[in-house]
Amino acid sequence: MEPLAITDAAGAAYVTVASGAGVIFTGDNLTRLLSGLGTSVTVAGLALIVGIPLGIVLGALRILHNPFLRAILRLYLEFFRIVPTLVILFLSYYILPRELGVQVDGVTVAVVAFGLWVAAEISDIVRGALISVSDHQVDAGKALGMNGLQILWYVRIPQSVNLMVPATINLAARVIMTTSLLLLISVIDVITVGQQIMEANRMTHPDAAFWVYGFIFFLYFIICWPLAMIAKALEKRAKERNNG
Amino acid sequence: MAEADNETTAKGEEPLLSVRHLRKSYGDHEVLKDVSFDVRRGQVLVLLGPSGSGKSTLIRCLNGLETIQGGEIRFKGEVVPNNSEKAWRRLRTEIGMVFQSYDLFPNLTVAKNIELGPTKVQKRPKAEVDEQMDRLLADVQLSEYKNAYPRELSGGQKQRIAIVRALAMNPELMLFDEVTASLDPEMVREVLELMLRLAKRHMTMIVVTHEMEFARRVADTVMFLENGVILERQSGSDFFTNPETDRARNFLDSMSPVGDE
Amino acid sequence: MSWEVIQRALPLFEKAFVLTLRLSAVSVVLATLLGLVLALLREYRVPVLAQISTVFQELFRNTPLLIQLFFLYYGLPSIGVKWSAETCAVVGMSILGAAYMCGAFEGGFTGIPRVQNESARALGLSPLQMIRHVTLPQGLTRSVPAVAANVIFMVKETSVFTVIAVPELTNTARDLIGMYYRSDEYLLMLVVAYAIILIPLSVILTLIERRVRRGTFGDN
Repeated sequence: MEPLAITDAAGAAYVTVASGAGVIFTGDNLTRLLSGLGTSVTVAGLALIVGIPLGIVLGALRILHNPFLRAILRLYLEFFRIVPTLVILFLSYYILPRELGVQVDGVTVAVVAFGLWVAAEISDIVRGALISVSDHQVDAGKALGMNGLQILWYVRIPQSVNLMVPATINLAARVIMTTSLLLLISVIDVITVGQQIMEANRMTHPDAAFWVYGFIFFLYFIICWPLAMIAKALEKRAKERNNG
Repeated sequence: MAEADNETTAKGEEPLLSVRHLRKSYGDHEVLKDVSFDVRRGQVLVLLGPSGSGKSTLIRCLNGLETIQGGEIRFKGEVVPNNSEKAWRRLRTEIGMVFQSYDLFPNLTVAKNIELGPTKVQKRPKAEVDEQMDRLLADVQLSEYKNAYPRELSGGQKQRIAIVRALAMNPELMLFDEVTASLDPEMVREVLELMLRLAKRHMTMIVVTHEMEFARRVADTVMFLENGVILERQSGSDFFTNPETDRARNFLDSMSPVGDE
Repeated sequence: MSWEVIQRALPLFEKAFVLTLRLSAVSVVLATLLGLVLALLREYRVPVLAQISTVFQELFRNTPLLIQLFFLYYGLPSIGVKWSAETCAVVGMSILGAAYMCGAFEGGFTGIPRVQNESARALGLSPLQMIRHVTLPQGLTRSVPAVAANVIFMVKETSVFTVIAVPELTNTARDLIGMYYRSDEYLLMLVVAYAIILIPLSVILTLIERRVRRGTFGDN
C-alpha cells in the first residue's frame, strides 16, 4: 500500500533542514505526530473501557456450570482466537455501517472491533484467574453459607486480582500496538500523519521515511515498554505472594 | 457423656442429624454404600477408618459439599432436599466446618476472616460480632493476632482461628475433617485441646481423625468405616477396648504405636 | 451472497492461502531458532550478547509489526537497503516472532529446578553439555504451551503483511473488495481461510502439548 498522498500546507512550508531526521522537529510536525499518537491511544483507551467490563462479566459467567452458556462464550472466544484482529477490524468496517444503517466513523469502527476483541481476551484472563483459586478456599466460603455471588465477591475475586491486573496491563500494551492498524480504515493516526510529513518532504528529504518510521517505532516503544515492565513487576510480586 | 449410645435413639428426643441410606459415587465407583446413623445434640461422633474408606466424603456430604446419589439427610427433623444448593446454603450457617487444608482466606486478616460469615452472610451487626470475636479469640489465646494475616500464623494457630471462624456463626453442629492431618506434631496438641474443650461444653461434633489417643478421649461414639460401609458403631470406650469386628481390631493395631499397652 | 463470486475468487484465494502458509512456516522456523539462541544467551548470562538479547526482546515485543514492516520496506531503501516485500515480511515477522519465542523459551528454562543445573555442574558437565542434557530436554518441553501460543499468534499476524502489499490472504481480500465493490463474499472467504489454517493447527498443537506433558511429567 502506498502512503497516502495528502500534502499538508504546514508540512510543506518548513523544508529547509538538511537531514531527514530534522523533518520531525520542523514546524508543528512533532505536535501533529503526537496528536496522531493521541488518537491511537484514545482508541485503545476507549476499546479497553468498553471491553474490560464486558470481559469481566463474560469471564465470570464462564465459571458457571451452565453448559449452553459455556459453549456460547467459548465459541465467542474461539472466534477471536482464530480470526486476526485486522480481519475483525475489516469485518467491523464493512458490516457495522450496514447493520446500523448510518455512516460510522473509523474511530467508532475501531472501538467496536477492538472492544469486542478485548472483551474476549479479558474473559479468558478473568476465567483463568478465578479458577486458579483453590477448591479449598471455595469450600471454606461455602461452609460459611456464602452464595455463588458472595463466593465470587469475597473469595474468588480478591484472591485472583493480582493475576488479572498484570495480564490486563499486558493486553493494554497489545491494544495500543494494534492501533497501528487504524490507518487501514482511514483513521488519521500517528502513522498517517507520518506519511503526510514524508510526502510533503519527498523532494527535499528522500530519507525522511527512515527517520519518521524510526521515530514512530520509538514512540510506540516508550508507551508500551513501561507498561510491560509494570506488568512484569506485578507478576513477580503476585508469584512471590502466592508462594509465601 | 461417655455412656453407651443406643442405636435406637431415646424416645421423644429428636436427633440433631439423621442420615438414612446415604449413597455416594464418583462415576462407577461407589464411595458410600447405604450409610445410616443419627447424631444427638451434644454428642461427639468420631469417624474412623483406613484412608479411602469414605469418611472424609461422608463428612463433606453432611455439609452439602458433595452431591449424593441417594438416601436422606435430616437436620433438626427436617429433610434436606437432596442436592439442593439453596437448602444447604441456609443450613451451612448452622453447621460449622473446619478442613484439613488451611482454609483461612489468605488475603484477609484474622479479624476479617472471622467477621466475614457473621456480617455478610448472617447479616448480624458488626459490633455484636466483634464482641463475640474478642471473646472467642481470648478463649483460644490468640487475641494479639487479630490484625495478623494468615501467613504470619503457625499451622496450629491457623487451624484454631479456622475453628473460631466457624464458631462465630453460632453453629449447632461442628464438622472436623482431619483438621490436624497437615500439622507438625507439636502443633497438633493445641488444636486437639481446643476441640476437647468444645466437647466438654456439649458442642455437637462429628470428627474425622487419625489421632487415636484424641479419638479415645473425645468420642462419645465411634463409627468405623471401610469401603463406604459402616462396619461398627459403638461407644467410644467399648470400641477402643473391645472392638466387635476383626477389621476394626486390625485397624486399631495398625494405628497404635509399637509398645503401646 | 453469491456463490458465483466465491467461485471466481477461489483461485486467487488458493494462491494467497499457499503464500500465507509458506510465509508463516518460514517465519515460524526462523523465529523459533533465533528465539532459542536469544533465550540461551540470557539463560547462560553470556556477557554482552545476553544484554543485546534483552534489548532485542524488549524492543520488538513492544512495537507494532506494522511499523517494523514500514521501516524495513519504506525506511531502509531511503538509506540504500532495498528488499522485496516478501523478504521484508519474513525478516520483520521473524524478528518479532523471535522476541516472543525468546520469552517463551525463557519461561520454560526458569521452570527447571535449580538443583538440576547444580547437580549437572557437580557432575562436571561443560556449558554446552548442560545445554544439551539438562536445559534443552527439560526446558523445551516446559516451553511447548507458550511456543504453541506464539505460533498461532504469528500466523494471525501475517495478515499485517497486507500493508506492504504482500499478496497473502488479507491483502487478496482487500484487493478484491476494492476491485468489485462487494465485501460479504470476500470477507467470508477470508474468515474461512484463516479458520482452515488455524483450527487444525491449534488442535495439532494442543495434542502435542498434551503428549509432551504426559511424556515429561507423568500422567497428570
